[in-house]
Amino acid sequence: MTGIVALYIFLLAAFTGYEVIARVPVILHTPLMSGSNFVHGIVLVGAMVALGEAVTPLEKTIGFIGVLLAAGNAVGGYVVTERMLEMFKSSGTKPSGGSRGAH
Amino acid sequence: MPDFFSADALIQGSYLLTAFLFIMGLKRMSSPVTARSGILWAGAGMLLAVLVTFLYPGMTNYPLIIAAIVVGSLIAWWSGKRVAMTDMPQMIALYNGMGGGAAAAIAAVELYKGGEHDLVTMILAVVGGLIGAVSFSGSAIAFGKLQGLIKRSFRFGGQQMFNLALLIGALVLGGMVALHLNTSPAIITGFFVVALVLGLTMTLPIGGADMPVVISLYNALTGLAVAFEGFVLGNAAMIIAGTVVGSAGTLLTQLMAKAMNRSLGNVLFSGFGDTGGAAAGEVKGSMKPIEATDVGVMMAFASKVIIVPGYGMAVAQAQHKVWELTQLLIDRGVTVKFAIHPVAGRMPGHMNVLLAEAGVPYDIIADLDEINAEFETTDVALIIGANDVVNPVARTDKSSPIYGMPILNADKAKNCIVVKRGQGAGFSGIENALFYLDNTRMLYGDGQKAAAELISAVKAIG
Repeated sequence: MTGIVALYIFLLAAFTGYEVIARVPVILHTPLMSGSNFVHGIVLVGAMVALGEAVTPLEKTIGFIGVLLAAGNAVGGYVVTERMLEMFKSSGTKPSGGSRGAH
Repeated sequence: MPDFFSADALIQGSYLLTAFLFIMGLKRMSSPVTARSGILWAGAGMLLAVLVTFLYPGMTNYPLIIAAIVVGSLIAWWSGKRVAMTDMPQMIALYNGMGGGAAAAIAAVELYKGGEHDLVTMILAVVGGLIGAVSFSGSAIAFGKLQGLIKRSFRFGGQQMFNLALLIGALVLGGMVALHLNTSPAIITGFFVVALVLGLTMTLPIGGADMPVVISLYNALTGLAVAFEGFVLGNAAMIIAGTVVGSAGTLLTQLMAKAMNRSLGNVLFSGFGDTGGAAAGEVKGSMKPIEATDVGVMMAFASKVIIVPGYGMAVAQAQHKVWELTQLLIDRGVTVKFAIHPVAGRMPGHMNVLLAEAGVPYDIIADLDEINAEFETTDVALIIGANDVVNPVARTDKSSPIYGMPILNADKAKNCIVVKRGQGAGFSGIENALFYLDNTRMLYGDGQKAAAELISAVKAIG
C-alpha cells in the first residue's frame, strides 16, 4: 500500500467516523463508547501478525503480551457492549406486561 | 494483479468486509431501536478478520498466538460477564487500555526488530507507540480511580511542566529512533518507559467526576494508535477501524464534555473534578419532612409524575423497586416519565443502562432537553438519589461552583419529593436550595426502603 493511498483511507475513514455517530442520543453514549472500544479491538489482527513475525525471545515476549491484551480488548469490549445493549427495550416489546397485567 | 483465489486476495477481501461490518455496526449502535444488532454486525466482522489473519503469509509462532488469544479472551470474557452495571465505566477503561497496550506492543516489536522502514513509517510507528502506551497506563489509572483503588488525586507544584518535560523527553527519544540516529534497544526501552510514566502522571491529577471524559478521550486515542500501527503493518482493516474510532471517539468526547458542562482543556489541565467543600451559600428556610403514605396518595392521584434518578438510586440498588412503583402508577392511569441528567450516572448514558437493566423501557426515559419544559405541568417530581443536578442555584448563584451547569427544573413541578438518606450536602458539597423550597417535601430513608414503602402505600389505596 502506498503512502498516498493510506492517506486517502485515513481521510475518508475520519469523516465516516464523525458522520456515523453525529446524531447519537445521550442515552446511548455509554454503550456506543463501549462499542467503539470493541471496534479498535481490531488491533488483535496486527498483534497476531507482529507475534507471527517475531524472531528473538524479546520480540516474542512483547508480541505475546500484545496479542493477549488485544484479545482482551476485543472480547471484553464485545461482552460488555452486548450486555448493555441487550437490555434496551421499548414499551412495545416489554416482556412483563405492565399495563395489561391487571386482573 | 493478485490472483483471485490467493490467500492475499482472500485476506484483503475479508478485511474490506470487516470494515463495512464495523461501520454499519457503529451506525446501528447509534439508535436504540437497532443498537442490539449493531454489536452483532461488528462482532461478525471481528471474527472474520481474526480467522483470515491465520492465513497471513510468512507467519510462525502459531502455538504462541493461539495461547495468547485463548488466555486473553477467557480472562476478558469472565470479567466482562460478571461486572456489575454500576461498574461499567471503569471496565470500558480497562479494556480500552488493553487495546492501547497492544498497539504499543506492535510498535515495540517493529522497532526492536529494526529493518528497512521509510521515515514516515518510522514516525507513525513511534507516535502510535507513544499514544498507545499513554492510553495503556492512563486507562489503568482511570480504572483504579473509578474502582476506588486510588482514593486521592496526586497533585504537586509544577506538575504541568513536569508532564511537558516527560512529553518532550519521549519525543526526543522517539525521534532518535524514528530518524535512525540511535536505534539501540536501550533508547527504545527508554522511550516506552517515559511514555508509560507520562500516562500515569497525566491521569493521576484528574478528579473522579471528570474521569468519563478522560476514558472517552483515551478511547479515541487508542483508535488513532491502532490506525498508525495499521499503517506500519500495511493493514487496511486496522487503518479504517482505528481511524473511525479515533474520529467518532473525539466527537463523543466533545459531546460528553459538553453534557457535563466542562471543556476538554479544563478536564485535562485543571483540577475541578473533585472540588472539596466549596463554601456553601446560605440557604433560607427549613427542610420539611413527609411520610411515605402521604407521598403514595399524592402520586396515585396525580395525572403526571416525573422521576429524577441519580447515582444514589443505583448505589442503593433501588431501580427495580422504582420500576415496580412506576408500573403500579401506570396501571392507575398516571403518566410517568424518567428525567435523566447527562451526569446522572458515572458517565453520560450510564443511568439509561442502569434503568434498562431494571426493565424500564427507553421510550419513557427522557433527557434534559426533552423534558425540562414538562416540569411545569407535572404534579409530582420524585427525586431519588440525585442532588446537584436539580439544584436551582446553578441557574442563579454566580458564586456557586456548579453555576451554569444545565439542571433539571424539578423545582418548577407542583410538588417535589426528595428521597434522601440524611440531611447532608451533595457530592460536590454544595447546599441544595431545592430542599428548602415551599413545594418540596423530604422523604428520609434509604432509596430501596423508601421505594418499597411507596409501593405498599400505592397498593393500599387499591
